[in-house]
This record gives sequence, structure tokens and C-alpha cells, in this order.
Amino acid sequence: MDVIYILWLRQCRRFFRSGIRVLLGFMQPLVYMLALGYGLNAVFVNSGNGSYLQFIVPGIMVQVILFTSMFWGANVVWDRQFGFLKEMLVSPVSRLRIILGNALGGVTVSLFQGLVLFIISVIVGFRPCNWALVPVAILFMSMLSMAIVGFSAGVGAMVDEMGGFVAVNNFLVIPLFFLSSSLFPLDHVPPAMKVIAEFNPISYAVDAIRTCLINKTHFGLLKDFLVLAFTMVITICFGTYRFMKIQA
Amino acid sequence: MQPVISVKKLCKKFGDFVAVNEIDFEVQKGEIFAFLGPNGAGKSTTIKMLTTLMQPTSGELHLAGFDVTKEQDSVRKSFGIVFQDPSLDDELTAYENMMIHATMYAIPHHERNLKIEELLKLVDLWERRMGRIKTFSGGMRRRLEIARALLHHPQIMFLDEPTLGLDVQTRNLLWNYVKELNRLKGMTIFFTTHYLGEAEDVAQRIAIIDHGKIVAMGTVEELKAKTGGTRDLEEAYLMLTGKEVRDEILDTEGVNKERNRSIIKAKTR
Ligand SMILES: Nc1ncnc2c1ncn2[C@@H]1O[C@H](COP(=O)(O)OP(=O)(O)OP(=O)(O)O)[C@@H](O)[C@H]1O
Ligand SMILES: [Mg+2]
Repeated sequence: MDVIYILWLRQCRRFFRSGIRVLLGFMQPLVYMLALGYGLNAVFVNSGNGSYLQFIVPGIMVQVILFTSMFWGANVVWDRQFGFLKEMLVSPVSRLRIILGNALGGVTVSLFQGLVLFIISVIVGFRPCNWALVPVAILFMSMLSMAIVGFSAGVGAMVDEMGGFVAVNNFLVIPLFFLSSSLFPLDHVPPAMKVIAEFNPISYAVDAIRTCLINKTHFGLLKDFLVLAFTMVITICFGTYRFMKIQA
Repeated sequence: MQPVISVKKLCKKFGDFVAVNEIDFEVQKGEIFAFLGPNGAGKSTTIKMLTTLMQPTSGELHLAGFDVTKEQDSVRKSFGIVFQDPSLDDELTAYENMMIHATMYAIPHHERNLKIEELLKLVDLWERRMGRIKTFSGGMRRRLEIARALLHHPQIMFLDEPTLGLDVQTRNLLWNYVKELNRLKGMTIFFTTHYLGEAEDVAQRIAIIDHGKIVAMGTVEELKAKTGGTRDLEEAYLMLTGKEVRDEILDTEGVNKERNRSIIKAKTR
């Protein structure tokens, strides 16, 4: 417990001390939220779908969590490059606890960003349909974050240079985000795109959060939960396995 | 008596390149053992295999009675290490780095602060304990790494060029402290260095490795005798390993890339 806590604390400290980086993380999603949320609002309303800002905020929260969590694996690469990984690997702490402490740090930071964005969205006009369901939405955000952090830690353990990590990251993160239900409803898209989105676990996270926040569902909360839980188990196993095999 | 470190027919290959080639040696409990050899001889690779950081290609490795490749958890509890390369968290303070180590090695809560203070004072970093590592000089980082390794009192201590980049005062301080730990606590010390004087002063037994093979092993006296009565360790060492510089920088073969990098790194530190 002690060890998990201190490794978690280390990651949090590293993040919150990085100063400007904390703020920069919000810029992109904030621009998306404001530009799209207000810019496309009229079009969305006219086509009979209601407020676009309401619709897009859950998607943007998923975006923040996806981006931050997906980049988390970079910490593994950095720790290897700057040598701190060796210090952790030779210690008598089991690999599992090392991963857990570091991953929980990633989840915390991602959630923090997601929540700050949520607060900003409320300030600019977003209204959840039922405040009591906000904690449930946060639960789904945590599940999404855990799944992505697990995956990206595995990737971080596999590559040995930052360039490789960034390449994999860019390759995945954009399609995962855009080919999901983050920015548009899946009801009217071409069938091929719909199929892709249905295979994309991110869609289920968006759907779950959207269900909780604005009471609009596509797959149903139970299916969302099951898909996310399944994805989480797979990616965490993958991340743990790759991390176990790491040699410094 | 059972040796505390035992290595049999240990091999490590990187592709076609054999970095460690069937070496055998034993270190007894409470011994101070020096592992010497030119750049790229295979010292750090051997230490990495002994400390569970790298899987050997073949061979048997035992530490404190445990099989290094099979009983990693028990093995990890038995040793401490100062790496040749940096291993601190740059973004954190000296104190925080020490605290993480103390926690990972399960030092009892009530001892942590006291021990950290004692060791930071020993390496003269107590005043700078709240400073972030990225603001530290090379020597300060090195001192902190040494203090950190001493935090939990391991049975076996691996020191891979611990005095690299340290001034004379700190070197003396370090070796005196290490000798005291060895005498009072019976800590086994396994170290590498390129300062042969240190090995001569501190080590009870020495192994010399070259091109991945152990070319000689014994006390300073034995090594001198073996090389036909050389005057000191340095002369014996040069007799055994030859005089040419291990300058492989001009090699551009893929296999040698990593090797060049590590040599360049060592040279520029
Ligand atoms: N990960 C690696 N991949 C490929 N070759 C490697 C790797 N690690 C080490 N080597 C090679 O193995 C050889 C032994 O390296 P090692 O680091 O053990 O040398 P060393 O004796 O510690 O030298 P130094 O005194 O310079 O620290 C070198 O030729 C090095 O290039
Ligand atoms: Mg070395």
C-alpha cells in the first residue's frame, strides 16, 4: 500500500510541478468544445438533434482522458531514458505494485483534467440532466482512463525511444477519437463508419458518459459497462505483461 | 561455507556479439571484491545480470543462496546497487528520491526520516535536500545515489564505478564508509572502477575481465606474482589486458553502435 501510494504521489508531483504543461493539456479540448460546441450548434439544432454543446461535452471529456491517458506510457520511456526505471526494477517491490502505483498516477491526472474540463463546460453553459448521475459518469471516466493507461504503459514498455512511442501514439489516438461517437450521433452515419465505431471501445465510454450526463444512449448503459470492463481487463493484462518483460 | 555470489558459465550475447563469455567466479560473504577491466569488457553487463535487470543468455547465477533468474523477489531483497548510469528522478527533490527508496525497501516508518537525514548529512547534501535533482551537479547526483543505495542495509552491495566524477574528498569518504560497513555489518561489496589505486586499497580480491572473459583473479599480491612480479596493480593490469586503448568509436557496424554509445557516454561524463 505504502509503495503504491509513494509511486502514485511521485507521478502526481511530476505532473503538477510541470507548470505550464498542466495548462497546455486543456487547450486543445477546450478549443474543440468551444469552437464546435458553439460553431455547429445552429446546424445541429436545425437538424432536430437539440443543443450541440450538450451533445459534445461528454465526447470532449472522453477526448481529454483519452489523450492524457494515451500519452501516459511516455513516462515509462522517460523513466527508462533517465534511468529511474532501473531503480524501480531492482527494488524488492513486485512489478504489479510498481505498475499499479504508476498507473493510478496516470488515472488521477487524467481524471483531474477531465473534471476541470467538466467544470469549465458547466461555466460556459453545459447542464447535466441529473447531477446525481455525475459520479457514475466519473466512474466510467476512470474505467476508460485505466483501460487506456494500461495499454499505453504496455506500448511504453515495448519501444525504447520517444520517437517510437509518439509514432504509435499518433497513429492510434486520432482514429480512436474521431471514429467513435464522440463528435456525432451514430444514428445517421454511413454503415461502414457505424461498424467501425461499434468496434471502437471509445464509443462505449462516450455513450456511457453521455447517458449519465444528458440521458441520450445508443448502446445502453449495461453494454457500455461490459465492453469497457472487458477492454480494461485486456489492456491491463497487456500492459502488465509487457512491463514484466522489460529489461533495463 | 557457501559463497554469497556464485557465477557459473555465465554468457550474454547481443545478437552475434558475445559481451560476457562463460565466466565463473565466487565471492564469499563479507568479502570486498573488485571487478576490473577495460571499457566494454563486460563488467556492467555482468552486474545487470546479477541484479535481475537483464536475462543471461546462459549460465547459472546465485545470490545469497537464491537462483537469480528464478527467485527474483528474494534476490532483490538481498542487494543494493549504485548504477554506472544515472538513476535518479530529476523532477523530484533529493529528499523525495530518498523517501521513495526508503518506502520501496520497506524501511520502518519511524526510522525513515532519521536515516535519510543521517545519510544526506554524510554525503553533504542535507542543506540541499529540498533542491530538485535537475539543479544538482554531476558529483552531487552521484553522492545522492550512493547515499540512497546505503539507505537499506543490504547484504550485498554492487557499486558500478561509484566514484566516477567524484572529487578526491568524496572518494575517500565513500571508501572509508564502505569499508566500515563491511567491517561492522559484514556487508559484501562487489565493485568496479577504473581507478586501480582504489581497487588496490580497498579490495580483498580482484577479478580482471577483458573481452568478456576473466583473464585473472586473486589478491593484489597474487596478481603481481602472476605477472612476473610487477610493482603495482596498474602494471599487472596492463600486462594482463594489453596497452592498446579500447577505441571502438570508429566502428560503424550495427552490433557496435550500442557499445560505442556507452563508451562515448563514459568518456564524456
Ligand atoms: N543492450 C546492449 N545491446 C548491445 N550491446 C550491448 C548492450 N549492453 C552492452 N553491450 C555491449 O556489451 C559490451 C560490454 O558492455 P559493458 O557495459 O558490460 O562494459 P563495461 O565493462 O561495463 O565497460 P565500461 O568500463 O565502459 O563501463 C560492450 O561492448 C557493449 O557495447
Ligand atoms: Mg560499465
